[in-house]
Amino acid sequence: MTIVAPNAPTITPSFVPGFAGLRCAACGTPAPHGPRFVCDRCFGPLEATYDYAGIAESLSHETIAERPRALWRYAELLPIEEPPADGLAVGYSPLVSAPRLAVRLGLRHLWIKDDSRNPTLSFKDRNVAIAADRARQFGFHTLACASTGNLAASVAATAAVNGMRAVVLVPADLEPAKIAQAEALGARVARIDGPYDVVNRLCLELTDDFDGWAVVNVNLRPFYSEGSKTVAFEIAEQLNWQAPDVVIAPIASGSLYTKLRRGFDEFASVGLIEASPTRYVGGQPAGCAPVATAFATDSDTINPVSRPDTIVRSLAIGSPADGLRSLALARATGGSIEAVEDVDTIAAIRLLAETEGILTETAGGVTIAALRSAVERGVVGTDDEVVAVITGNGLKTLDAIVDGPARDVIEPSLDAFAAWAAHEGVS
Amino acid sequence: MIKVRIPPVLRDVVDGARQLEVEGATVGEALDALFARFPVLRERLTTDGQLSAFVNVYVNADDVRHREGLATALGATDTVILLPAMAGGSR
Repeated sequence: MTIVAPNAPTITPSFVPGFAGLRCAACGTPAPHGPRFVCDRCFGPLEATYDYAGIAESLSHETIAERPRALWRYAELLPIEEPPADGLAVGYSPLVSAPRLAVRLGLRHLWIKDDSRNPTLSFKDRNVAIAADRARQFGFHTLACASTGNLAASVAATAAVNGMRAVVLVPADLEPAKIAQAEALGARVARIDGPYDVVNRLCLELTDDFDGWAVVNVNLRPFYSEGSKTVAFEIAEQLNWQAPDVVIAPIASGSLYTKLRRGFDEFASVGLIEASPTRYVGGQPAGCAPVATAFATDSDTINPVSRPDTIVRSLAIGSPADGLRSLALARATGGSIEAVEDVDTIAAIRLLAETEGILTETAGGVTIAALRSAVERGVVGTDDEVVAVITGNGLKTLDAIVDGPARDVIEPSLDAFAAWAAHEGVS
Repeated sequence: MIKVRIPPVLRDVVDGARQLEVEGATVGEALDALFARFPVLRERLTTDGQLSAFVNVYVNADDVRHREGLATALGATDTVILLPAMAGGSR
C-alpha cells in the first residue's frame, strides 16, 4: 500500500535495507556501527557500504516508480535501517530543461537540477535528513554543524521537526541573511572568529567534550555525506534511467562532487542504469580554489588556502576534505575543475536568472560559469547531454548581486511612470 | 614541556590520556618525543617517515601547514593538537 502525500516518506513494503555497515575508505577495515568517522587503524575516513547484489534483486524501476517522490525513494542505497516516518519534504527536486541558457552557452541539451527548492533552499537538506535519522537512533539530543550557511539552516529546520536542539557554528562574517535564516528556524548560532576551516576544526574538537551532540558533518559524516548521492539517483531517473554525458557541480569540500559519481556508479552496480563514461566538471571561486589550482598545475598535492577571499562564502573551504578525490575524479573522467572569478560568478547568476527564471546563490553562479569555461576549454561538447547541479537559492546571497544605490521612488502618475519607462528603455 | 592533545580515536594507544606533555622546540621534535614514548602512534600516524595525510596538526589555533610545517617553533604555553583530517588530507 502506497501513501501518496508528497511529504510522507513512508514507502512500500518492498523496502529491504541495503546498508551493510561502515568501512575505512583507505584501508578497508570494517568499523563498528556508530557515530564514527575515522578508522581506528589508519586514521582514514570511514564510508558506508551496501549489499549491491541483494539490492539488485529487490530494486527495480517499477518498485521505485510506486514510491513517493522524496528522498527515501532510493532508501536501499542510503545508510539507514528504515525510512523515517516523519521529517521535512526533501528531495525529488525538479530537473528542468534549459534551452535558452543552452543556446547562450553553445550547447544543445542542458538540464538544471534545481536543488534550490528544498525545504531550507539548498541541497543540504538531503544530507541532514539522513544525519538526523542516525542521530536519533544513536541517542543524540543536539544536532550541530560547522557551516558556511546552507548547512546551518538545514540543521535548524531538521532539528525542529525531529524534536532535537540545534546549535550551529559559523564564521563570524557569514552573510546576515544566512544567520537570520538559521536563527529563525530555531538554531542557536555561534559566530566563530575565523574562516570555515577554523570553525570545522573547533567542531572536531567539540565532539570530544560535548556529550549528546551530533555534529552532522563530523561524527556523522559517513552517513551525512551519502545524502548527496540522491541528487545523482534522481537525475538518472528523471533522464529516464540514464546518466548524462556531463555533470557540473560546485566544489566546497568536494563531498557533493564525488558523491555524484558514486550515485551514478551505484545505480549501474544494481542494474538500474547502464554504466556510462560521464565526465565530472567542478567549479570553485578563484579566491578559494585549492582543487582547481591543483588541477590547473597538474599537481598531485592540494595546498590549503589559509585565507579564502571570495564573495562565494558557501565554497570558501580552504582545506577541502575530499579535495584529492575530487582531483582524481576530474582527471579520471576527462572532466575539469574550473576557477571562477567573482565578477563572472555574478554574471552567471544573472544569466541563469534571465534565461531560465532560476535565481541561484553565488555557488550556483560558480557552477554555471564553470560550465561556460569547460565548454570553452573543450571538455564539454555542443551535443553533450549536460546537467548542472544548482545547489542553493539566490535569496540567500542577494547582497552579492544587488548593485548600485537605492532606486528613486516614482511619483504615482502616468507621466512619471512613462518617464521612468523611457529611461529604463522599456517603453 | 609542550602539551599535546590526543583525539579520541588514538586514546587507546596512550592509555586513555586526553593530553600528554612532551619536550620539543619544534612540532617535529614534540612528535618525535611522543612517538618515542608510544611507538604504536608512529605506526598509526606515519608512513615511511612522513606524517600521514589523514592527520592534521595544529599549534593552538593554527594548522601547521599554514606555518612552517613540522619546523614550526613551539613556546612553553603552546598546545599541539592532533586531529583527523577527515578525508583525503593534502597528499
